[in-house]
Amino acid sequence: MAVASGAQRFLFWTISPISARRLANFRANRRGVWSLWLFLILFFLSLFAEFIANDKPLLVWYDGGLYSPVIRPHPETTFGGDFATTADFTDEFLIENIKKKGGWVIWPLIPYRHDTQIRDLPVPAPSYPTAQNWLGTDDQGRDLVARLIYGFRISVLFGIILTILSTIVGVAAGAVQGYFGGRVDLYFQRFIEVWDSVPLLYLLIILSAIIEPNFWWLLGILLLFSWMGLVGVVRAEFLRARNFDYVRAARALGASDGAIMFRHVLPNAMVATLTFMPFILQGSIVALTSLDFLGFGLPPGSASLGEMLKQGKANLHAPWLVVTAFLVIAVMLSLLIFIGEAVRDAFDPRKAVTGGVPPEEAIVSPSAPPAMATVEPTAGPAATARRHLTKGGQPPDVEPER
Amino acid sequence: MNDTAPLLQVDDLHVAFRTPLGLTEAVKGVSFQIEKGETMALVGESGSGKSVSALSILQLLNYPVASHPKGSIRFRGQELIGAPDTTMRDIRGDRISMVFQEPITALNPLHTIEKQIGEILITHKGLVASAARSRTLELLDLVGIRDAAQRLGAYPHELSGGQRQRVMIAMALANEPDLLIADEPTTAVDVTIQAQILDLMLALQAKLGMAMLLITHDLGVVRKMAPRVAVMRLGEIVEAGDTEQVFANPQHPYTKQLMAAEPGGAPPDYDETAAEIISADDFRVWYPIKAGVMRRTVDYVKAVDGVSFKIRAGQTVGVVGESGSGKSSLALGILRLISSRGPVVFMGRDIQGLRAKALRPLRREMQIVFQDPFGSLSPRFTVGEIVGEGLRIHAIGDDDERDARVVAALEEVGLDPATRHRYPHEFSGGQRQRISVARAMVLKPKLLILDEPTSALDMSVQAQMVELLRGLQRDHALAYIFISHDLRVVRAMSHDVIVMRNGLVVEQGSAKQVIEAPKEAYTKALMAAAFELRADTSGVVGV
Repeated sequence: MAVASGAQRFLFWTISPISARRLANFRANRRGVWSLWLFLILFFLSLFAEFIANDKPLLVWYDGGLYSPVIRPHPETTFGGDFATTADFTDEFLIENIKKKGGWVIWPLIPYRHDTQIRDLPVPAPSYPTAQNWLGTDDQGRDLVARLIYGFRISVLFGIILTILSTIVGVAAGAVQGYFGGRVDLYFQRFIEVWDSVPLLYLLIILSAIIEPNFWWLLGILLLFSWMGLVGVVRAEFLRARNFDYVRAARALGASDGAIMFRHVLPNAMVATLTFMPFILQGSIVALTSLDFLGFGLPPGSASLGEMLKQGKANLHAPWLVVTAFLVIAVMLSLLIFIGEAVRDAFDPRKAVTGGVPPEEAIVSPSAPPAMATVEPTAGPAATARRHLTKGGQPPDVEPER
Repeated sequence: MNDTAPLLQVDDLHVAFRTPLGLTEAVKGVSFQIEKGETMALVGESGSGKSVSALSILQLLNYPVASHPKGSIRFRGQELIGAPDTTMRDIRGDRISMVFQEPITALNPLHTIEKQIGEILITHKGLVASAARSRTLELLDLVGIRDAAQRLGAYPHELSGGQRQRVMIAMALANEPDLLIADEPTTAVDVTIQAQILDLMLALQAKLGMAMLLITHDLGVVRKMAPRVAVMRLGEIVEAGDTEQVFANPQHPYTKQLMAAEPGGAPPDYDETAAEIISADDFRVWYPIKAGVMRRTVDYVKAVDGVSFKIRAGQTVGVVGESGSGKSSLALGILRLISSRGPVVFMGRDIQGLRAKALRPLRREMQIVFQDPFGSLSPRFTVGEIVGEGLRIHAIGDDDERDARVVAALEEVGLDPATRHRYPHEFSGGQRQRISVARAMVLKPKLLILDEPTSALDMSVQAQMVELLRGLQRDHALAYIFISHDLRVVRAMSHDVIVMRNGLVVEQGSAKQVIEAPKEAYTKALMAAAFELRADTSGVVGV
């Protein structure tokens, strides 16, 4: 592993040795790394859900022309149909027509959208898994795999947007409270206590009676209450860091409050924030899923994992519904937890002793050296040895100065 | 056990630490021996391996990260390296005990001192509780804690720093050890208390006839305490022998350098008619004490109470005092980093009560260097960013010009400008302190407040730092407020001295007069303790 001197690179960025050490710690958690890759691949694929599961063909060759109905809808007349409406490729007549002219059709892997109602099911919906519908259909006759892909995407996107927004709001609120302290802190804390005791679920029930909640409505309402999660840790970090000598030094240099908060103190709080983020993401996804399950979530017809669970509960004779929904949610949340654990490891200063660059946290300043009493023969010397150990990577302390 | 063998015989001791980079040798072949009742001092700067050597004797290193590739440590002929845990437990705290530097972390905050001392007696001597109690009382008396019976139930935080160190010594002496290892026993306490603790240790040693291994970086302490000394550097003993002889006639170049390293000399002369940079009149920093539901201010902690001074360009005012005397509050108050009262006239303008925005341009002219070279540099910025921060804030020059100024500032403080792309953790304490100075100097200030800038540094580095600061003052006619508890450094730096105690000015005047002919009893005691390591308790409330 590379150490101390000079800058290091990660992808395109030059990173500090501290970040390099954290990266190494993250990579040391194999389970977390695997989970991250798996999650990223799944998420990346789900972003292209329209190309994987769709009731429109990817490509159509017809009469010397190449069409891509997935990207741009074409009227039926383009393919020799009778009406100027958007071509419906589930229509046998249209397909026959294309074939007659020597054309061909390439379908996505799954020829259904999340809201495609399949009309020619062998049994009444919900139908069991078959070669056409790998996981069966739900009670509206919609393909379960297609709904999974779209549902996964909307859950993760919702989670990510909510996480980012509530992190921004939470960090800003915590920063202001911790940095200014005093009266600002006092009143803001009381406000949070009051705000925190507003019953979110009742609010949603009442709201859903007035408006029909959609993606952005839900996001906004959940954001109103989810930003408070981070305030505590960020505030504590700012309270601690505002008395650091280098923050004092910045104030003595004449830096404005905003600059100090942003440049000097925020990086301290980022450690706590980043550690929490995978868990906030996971919580956000659970929140959306449970609202969907209760029926106060996304509008009817949306692809949603919560709604799938709800159907599973209503159709116990169709176990593929509940088993599928359960497995997908369980795997997704587990992956996020594993990633979160790896991130936590990465930022754990104690991990630094066993593997990596001499960490800034573990360097004990000479004014506060570790010590011990004869009563506890193990605690102190370990610390002392650590101090000397961490010095191993640095130049010896006798000054090489002129 | 072998009675003819020396008490402690260390032969060719090696200590290696496993690091991600491979094995690092911290101690490379150290040999010494200590006879019964003898005191030896191990002197060296931080990182020289003196503490590691001492901890090896008790086998207290973090094994297996640490290892001893070679060497032997024999205590009364018994090999300690690799000795089984049961043997070591019998020796630790019983035959060999240790006193540490920082009593506040070495004492368990959750137990009374009776319990902590009693535990050793019960563990090693198998005493019953009542016998342990009376022995504990005896020990506390022995180390000079007054009203020991009332102090038994005290928790460490209820004791002063000196008292805590005394309790530590009592714990170490509980089983009348044959060898006491004292690792920087007085580094963390104030000078007047240091003198008392050293006296106590000498008296106890004479009384109990134990041997002592004293680890210190302070040559004054060695001179007072130990007839024999070994000088360590980079894990090796470079010179050993009779203390008087080594001090009078050092052989090894490093020892010579160490002897010459004590900050000396005088500050550069200044023009007594030069422009007045800053003056304060009846300056106060009072921290409110709030109580009750409404958090009303019921009283004040008077951290600084009525300090007045004037500083001209090129002049240094030293502020001296023990911990808690209000020195640092004074520095932060003058810079308007904490709220204060009383006029502060800076460059002809009263900055007291000035709004933050109006104050910002003035901040260029007044800078501060903090004590802790580790805490005062953000670990996330490169040295160049740290030094250039002030230029960026005050929007001085474009990127190229800023870079040029950063380079110039680094060169001025004696650092290689190529290092500006590196991060602070790659630098030693002294180099970091130079970076702090460069950060202040890059703005070309008129006033520099130095808050214990040398306290965290090794002796030889302190001398270099003093040289650097004096040079900067000469070149730029800087006004300094030099805050320190170390009177030797203050003497080398200051034209005028303010002696503070509990927020009040005890004595104020020219450095020569205050240091050489102090008038107040407290100042006299302070000077005696600092320059002669003599405990003069007439003017000091003892501990």
